[in-house]
Amino acid sequence: MSLDLPYTRYLAPDGRPVAELPGWADDFNLLTRLYRQMVLTRLFDLKAVALQRTGRIGTYAPTLGQEAIGVALGSLMQREDVLVPYYRDTAVQLLRGVRMEEILLYWGGDERGSDFVEPLAAQDFPICVPIATQALHACGVATAFKVRGEHRVAVTTCGDGATSKGDFLEALNVAGAWQLPVVFVVNNNQWAISVPRRIQCGAPTLAQKALGAGIHGEQVDGNDILAVHDRLRHALERARHGKGPVLLECLSYRLGDHTTADDATRYRSAEEVRQAWQEEPVKRLQAFLVAQGVWDEGREQALLADCQVEVQRAVENFEAAGVQPLGSVFEHVYARWPAALAEQREMLEERLARRQGGEHHE
Amino acid sequence: MSNGKYTLVEAVNLALHRAMRDDDNVVVLGEDVGVNGGVFRATLGLREAFGFKRVLDTPLAETMLAGLAVGMAAQGLRPVVEIQFMGFIYAAMEHLVSHASRLRNRTRGRLSCPMVLRTPMGAGIRAPEHHSESTEALFAHVPGLRVVVPSSPARAYGLLLAAIDDPDPVVFLEPTRLYRMNPQPLLDDGRRLPLDSCFTLREGRDLTLLSWGASVHESLQAAGALAERGIDAEVIDVACLKPLDLDTLAASVRKTGRCVIVHEAPKSCAVGAEIAASLYERVLLDLQAPIQRVTAPDIPPPLYRLEQLYLPGVEDILAACETVLDYA
Repeated sequence: MSLDLPYTRYLAPDGRPVAELPGWADDFNLLTRLYRQMVLTRLFDLKAVALQRTGRIGTYAPTLGQEAIGVALGSLMQREDVLVPYYRDTAVQLLRGVRMEEILLYWGGDERGSDFVEPLAAQDFPICVPIATQALHACGVATAFKVRGEHRVAVTTCGDGATSKGDFLEALNVAGAWQLPVVFVVNNNQWAISVPRRIQCGAPTLAQKALGAGIHGEQVDGNDILAVHDRLRHALERARHGKGPVLLECLSYRLGDHTTADDATRYRSAEEVRQAWQEEPVKRLQAFLVAQGVWDEGREQALLADCQVEVQRAVENFEAAGVQPLGSVFEHVYARWPAALAEQREMLEERLARRQGGEHHE
Repeated sequence: MSNGKYTLVEAVNLALHRAMRDDDNVVVLGEDVGVNGGVFRATLGLREAFGFKRVLDTPLAETMLAGLAVGMAAQGLRPVVEIQFMGFIYAAMEHLVSHASRLRNRTRGRLSCPMVLRTPMGAGIRAPEHHSESTEALFAHVPGLRVVVPSSPARAYGLLLAAIDDPDPVVFLEPTRLYRMNPQPLLDDGRRLPLDSCFTLREGRDLTLLSWGASVHESLQAAGALAERGIDAEVIDVACLKPLDLDTLAASVRKTGRCVIVHEAPKSCAVGAEIAASLYERVLLDLQAPIQRVTAPDIPPPLYRLEQLYLPGVEDILAACETVLDYA
């Protein structure tokens, strides 16, 4: 058996087609919608980083450069599918109906940010911080679909570093053994904090890990939304129709720091990052749309203005949220706070009263 | 089972059958739980009765078992996972600590995790290495989990049904040493026992013996021996280690003024330490003597030739009782 797996790219970094485009690529309504969402995601993401820099939210994981993967995924998932994300998934979450102000509240240290009010996201998992653990949750969700005979797909995402963890490999293994309706989207953005892809794993591609689990694997250019969209659509259909799981490795680049608490200049060169900017996904789709005659500077400016308004409104909602009630840290630990632990709740109420009484001891 | 009498492992099996019959969302998964009926036969007959879709023989991976259960539970199933021995449970730890116990909190109640993770616990069956641990304190420390240890067939039945019903994750620890001991009459009536109360097995005025798991039996024997000397010991099966029913424990010690805690786990940072500290906070002035703990030492469970020495015996419990009774 050959270890060479398919790799798909439709657009060169300058937006010119390098292969025969899929039939749906002349749906310019769809493509401009995807473009709009990529731009909105980027502006929101830049704003979130700015909010962290000015101390209005805590540590944040930027999604800069990952927009094609998240937007393709978010636009393709069906309402009834379930997203089991990692922590660099702002792009997908926005399309699943998670509100910008919820994302800001969460990273801003407010429990209420985890309260997704949008029904579309009702069964989606929250972002997952412990690396790769979410891959197994997605397999559990997919097992539930299979047990109940539902034609739904669980979609899970992770970075390149996560593919080194046992959880990821155990997830691939059970997905293959049980032919679960699950799609693994690996955002190989080349860096796991400071560890580059080449020393993360000895396999030539991460997609090859699918082979050991007996599942389908392939690679796409993660900066080319035509490629990501096309291959993800196939993957979702395949899983939905009981034809088995898919591992899709999307090759991208983490243009930002790992999080706002990281400084990527410590471990990678400015030249490498400059090169990566030549490949980035938003400009690539824009160049393609301009070349097709469906996009121009006037539309671009109007779009930027619209997106700025939307982001600004979210920031205002976030800042107007006020103080969360003390009960928010107790009310969902158990379905009902156990009577046996009542005194611990009282302890925190007394502590609050003491602090509000002005007796601060640093 | 014979004549309506069940061992503890048969009671577990009976409860699983009952739960699966009553609720289609109950799904059993684990290593060898299907065709083989579990290495201790706790899942015997489930596959035949409920089919392979609800009784899942899984790949051999404990991290995967716990992670799958989180995903299944979030979808509204009620997964009951069997970990073959407690010595293998640590691979599941990250999913219990970081996910199962806090999924409800992390989603503001939108998703929850009504899963049960069952495993045989404890020493005393001359098993190989890594088959004899009692590490319940590791789990009792985690907010959002419940930790339950039955010590009789009836409590195994009623507590397991309640654990499966419970909307939150429960770690259900079954004392291996009791699995096939003393069959007892049991009515398969579906009656649940509360998950946040302890069980007073014997009332008494002179001292309180607190225990859980297999050590409950030595504690009861010690109480019997004390009774022959005219000493009236109260014996409480703590059973639900998280959250702890401290009101019942404190009331008993307030009454007797003397307390001995017996458990199979190593002494340091064990649940016995938590109970003792909480009792000192509540009933210090009612105590006639310092609380005594009869436990395993802080060593790994020894290979089986010395395991009886490792386990608290009746005479060790009686010695601790002498200490609290004779305290000036």
